[in-house]
Amino acid sequence: MYYRRTLSDAQINRELLHVVFTTPMWWIVIVGLLGLVVGLAVIAVGFMFNQGLGVTGLRQPVFWGFFITNFVFWVGISHAGVMISAILRLSQAEWRRPMVRAAEIMTVFSLMAALTMPLVHAGRAWRIFYWIFPYDWSRGIWPDIRSPLIWDPVAIFTYLISSSLFVYTALIPDLAVIRDRGKGTWRYPVYAVLSLGWHGSPHQWKLQGMAGILLSALILPVFVSVHSIVSWDFGVSLVPSWHVTVFAPYFVIGAVHSGVSAVVTLMVIMRKLYHLENYIWEEHIDALARLLIVVATGWFFLFWLDLVFSLWTREEQEMVVWNLRLFEAPWGWLFLTFFITSYVIPVPLWLFKRVRRSFTWMLWTSLLVNVGMWLERFLIIVPGLVRKGPLVFDYGTYRPSPIEIMIVVGTLALVPFLLLLFSKFFPLIPLWEVKEGQKLIDHVQLGNVEVPALVKEH
Amino acid sequence: MATKTKSSAQRDTPKWEMVIDLDRCTGCQACVIACQAENNIPINEESAFHEHRAIQWIRIERYWEGEFPDVKARFLPLLCQQCDNAPCEPVCPVYATYHNEEGLNVQVYNRCVGTRYCGNNCPYHARLFNYWEPVWPEDLRNQLNPDVTVRTRGVMEKCTFCIQRIRRATRGGEAVEDGALQPACVQSCPTSALVFGNANDPDAKVTRLKNDERHFRVMEHLGTDPSVTYLKQVDVDG
Repeated sequence: MYYRRTLSDAQINRELLHVVFTTPMWWIVIVGLLGLVVGLAVIAVGFMFNQGLGVTGLRQPVFWGFFITNFVFWVGISHAGVMISAILRLSQAEWRRPMVRAAEIMTVFSLMAALTMPLVHAGRAWRIFYWIFPYDWSRGIWPDIRSPLIWDPVAIFTYLISSSLFVYTALIPDLAVIRDRGKGTWRYPVYAVLSLGWHGSPHQWKLQGMAGILLSALILPVFVSVHSIVSWDFGVSLVPSWHVTVFAPYFVIGAVHSGVSAVVTLMVIMRKLYHLENYIWEEHIDALARLLIVVATGWFFLFWLDLVFSLWTREEQEMVVWNLRLFEAPWGWLFLTFFITSYVIPVPLWLFKRVRRSFTWMLWTSLLVNVGMWLERFLIIVPGLVRKGPLVFDYGTYRPSPIEIMIVVGTLALVPFLLLLFSKFFPLIPLWEVKEGQKLIDHVQLGNVEVPALVKEH
Repeated sequence: MATKTKSSAQRDTPKWEMVIDLDRCTGCQACVIACQAENNIPINEESAFHEHRAIQWIRIERYWEGEFPDVKARFLPLLCQQCDNAPCEPVCPVYATYHNEEGLNVQVYNRCVGTRYCGNNCPYHARLFNYWEPVWPEDLRNQLNPDVTVRTRGVMEKCTFCIQRIRRATRGGEAVEDGALQPACVQSCPTSALVFGNANDPDAKVTRLKNDERHFRVMEHLGTDPSVTYLKQVDVDG
């Protein structure tokens, strides 16, 4: 069933390093355009810092809007990294190989995008290091560790540091390949330093392999903790529809849903742009889609619980918020869009093998999931604030301002922008992982046919 | 010995509370204006109300009861309830809001970085955010109260029970006579609907009124333990 192309090491090196050593025209154009959008968003942030948060659409009593939605969204996307690289690595899923690095580096960049959001959303962003730096040197008072806003940076920086280490450890052998192929150019000294004297001895491979396994195991708790902590930003509050017990698992599995979908999107686009047909196959996105069916359905169950718990208790304020979410314009329309795009359209489609193995179908369905998941975060955060408490006199509304939209669009451009820059200097598909995969192919005799079969590592 | 001194000191510490008699409130907004002047709150223009960004440390919520023509206006003056178990306090990452020993929920503007989590977590909507740098018309600049900080943009603010007046009155250390110390809203109320005082003093008017049979506290079920008690005669016959 598994059709495997046999690739020589030289071919792998040539094809995967192609973009590192050449700069195609489309790369310059796309990076330029994305850079322009990021630049506009930076100008928008500057304007907002200069004028004050009055330029946003926030108003009483809606204190959190697009920025926090976007923060939760990007932390969600970042869950792909730990899902693909740590869990699939530890469970020895062979099909993970071509996507580990792209997933991990997307994790790093989406965490960076996520981190910018609470910074720019703060009223006095220039003082924010008072807040996130867990030391009392600047003002003689420690941060309040009771606040979820202290748990947040702790969780996210832990994740960022461990993911960066993970990416770097896995990069070292490939850096050495670039170093060796860049002799006589500027690349040689740079990559010589970066590759830490790697020359591929068995001892080095052993250490590198152990580091990878150890980091995967150590990242695993982060998998549960990061989005749980993000969910507690809401869960520990008094806001109706926020203080929900089920939030932690609901957020974690929602994050995996959107993160793995983002990996699918990334894989399809990478394959097209970099002509990686030899490396990313139908089988890979098929496997991702199967994983997604399970994850999405688990997510749907918790989403359902969130709804049922609110309806069951019939707590007045919960009912008011759900009424707004479901039946009042424009929230009801947004809710319908969210529900259809994140579950109703993609999951039944993924049940068909032809869809799972079609790159075009998978691209659009995975994009739809993330449109829906962005809206999901928006619909979790804002309606609870719009209808906060029984003081109907203070019921508010929220409409994002162009500045907020620009900044959010800026982060949507920032992550692909950084990914493209990364791909210029480092291979997006790990050479050694693919080669290792090739080595593990064995041939078995089935009747009178010799079929390539899979031997699991270790 | 040391603990005994401490406990007697604790007994002497005032616990500032307020009682609002809704049966007396006419909704005249005098308290709102007095607060505005006392606490250096920027002028709320009409647009601020349209944008839902008016800054009012005390506001009169107006509710209609009944159907036209048999309709009654009900007024609910709402200010920071100085909750003893304040939901805004533990969510602040920088201790910009904390509880002081006199039962006040204190806001330290210099510490505030403007995460606005406290505002989200306040069920009374008593916390307000400075979206813009505050400005006053030129001819009003000299009327600013020198005892009160002018807040910059990007920080949260809220009712302080006129802490500057409390500080001035208690500076000498001697006990404050009941009724002598009044926040601006209490002082300006034409119907004396607002009463302020030390609830640790068993003879204070506020202590007596808060145990009145008409008493209730707003959203008491949340367990916030507010320091503001409301009085309202409930007409059981409808």
